[in-house]
Amino acid sequence: MATKNYAGKSVEVNDEGYMVDPSQWSKEIAAEIAKEEGIELTDKHYEVLEFLRNANEKGETLTIRRVGKSGIVDIKGLYQLFPGGPLKFSSKFAGIPKPASCV
Amino acid sequence: MKKILILGGGTAGTMMANKLYKALDRQEWEITIVDQHKTHYYQPGFLFIPFGIYNKSDVVKPKGDFFPAGVKVIYQEIDRIEGEENRVHLTDGSSLKYDFLVIATGTQTRPDETPGLQGEEWYKSIFDFYTVEGAVALQRFFKTWEGGKLVMCISELPFKCPVAPIEFVCLAEAYFTGKGIRDKVDITFVTPLAGAFTKPIATKMLSQLLDDKNIKVVPEFYLESVDNEKKVIKSYDEVEIPFDVLTIVPVNMGSEMIERSGLGDDMNYVETDKETLQSKKFENIFVLGDAANIPTSKAGSVAHFAAEILFENMMNAFENRPPTAKFDGHANCYIETGYGKGALIDFNYDTEPLPGTFPLPGIGPFGLLKNTKINHYGKMIFRWIYWHILLRGKEMPIEAHMTMAGKKNNID
Repeated sequence: MATKNYAGKSVEVNDEGYMVDPSQWSKEIAAEIAKEEGIELTDKHYEVLEFLRNANEKGETLTIRRVGKSGIVDIKGLYQLFPGGPLKFSSKFAGIPKPASCV
Repeated sequence: MKKILILGGGTAGTMMANKLYKALDRQEWEITIVDQHKTHYYQPGFLFIPFGIYNKSDVVKPKGDFFPAGVKVIYQEIDRIEGEENRVHLTDGSSLKYDFLVIATGTQTRPDETPGLQGEEWYKSIFDFYTVEGAVALQRFFKTWEGGKLVMCISELPFKCPVAPIEFVCLAEAYFTGKGIRDKVDITFVTPLAGAFTKPIATKMLSQLLDDKNIKVVPEFYLESVDNEKKVIKSYDEVEIPFDVLTIVPVNMGSEMIERSGLGDDMNYVETDKETLQSKKFENIFVLGDAANIPTSKAGSVAHFAAEILFENMMNAFENRPPTAKFDGHANCYIETGYGKGALIDFNYDTEPLPGTFPLPGIGPFGLLKNTKINHYGKMIFRWIYWHILLRGKEMPIEAHMTMAGKKNNID
């Protein structure tokens, strides 16, 4: 566990840099975390992040396929938005826990 | 008469029918099983067919042999569940009323979900081993194959028996070594996961094992399509991996009947309370085995442990008590690693597979996360245990809840 400074706020993150408390999240914090991975967030990115945050709140299991069926973006598009780790990065920027995907 | 209806007569449904039939007063309760297929497959045996260790006859028996004599059996396809009316509709237009329903319709492979998978090369150089047809076709192919690129690819999560692809590449490595052509066979293990397995400590042990056997691992590969002409698999981020023979775990999904009934998630798995094993929508609907969307492995051992918890909660429900038994997600998997050896993992929702020993009265202890001969024998005697004890709902000397006895959790 560690504390990091994003957008002028101190934010609790785990060893992998995922936010511990989703309620601390803001769009500005997301933008700064994304910058660390070299990704500039656009409106489309934020739509995906909102979708993930809502789904996480409802306790849904998050998979790439689930996001691909969201109507916001297809799987190919999701890879283009978050190159190198569509679900890994999008959940990190959305301030939610890293999805376990499977056991 | 009160009615219990069980949908699906596979491992989970058969175990539950046996448990309930033994416990309930036959004057008061009527138990009915519905399944569209008459053959029971010993699915853990499919893995051994491609290498000629088992044949088809080793893994098939009639389902009817394992249902108790007093249980009504209907061989018919299910159309949908109408939860508000406590009714199940069958595709022949008839319907069945129930007081309590058990959904045990499992998971199915869906090769049709991946473009190109069932193209020209299907069962010529592309095989699954999650169906008896695929496993037998692969056995025939391997007999005359002279070597090349063997690619094992997992399409999507979750899938049935998460250790089977690892076992497959280990057995393939031993098989081609035995045939004297190991130097001509290049084995690659392709997975959407970040490593060989889902949990860190087991991944470390299994990655080492695959590395020792000179099996390459390609992680974080999410399969988009198969190009039959070029013989490559393609990921969504446009990585291509060439193959001479592709063995595939197709996309797994629950029954379409679940979707028609409005009870499932987007993979058609029933939304289930992970502790009580009740449907999240209807109190008198219970879910057992692969059909449930609970966050643990889709495997027979899970269905077996969950069956004990479900039995308790159904008895609670029959007598108007709250569902006090709680499932912990316990899974126990033998991992066949070739050369007469095997490893064993034991874990649940909260505890990842740990090294140590697994106590089993009379036979064990087995080594956890260790590659030993006794673990292999455990796997081989399991087929007998499956047909004679497990399916018939008899007691096994393993607790339904995971135990920490023998596990070491202070390793670096």
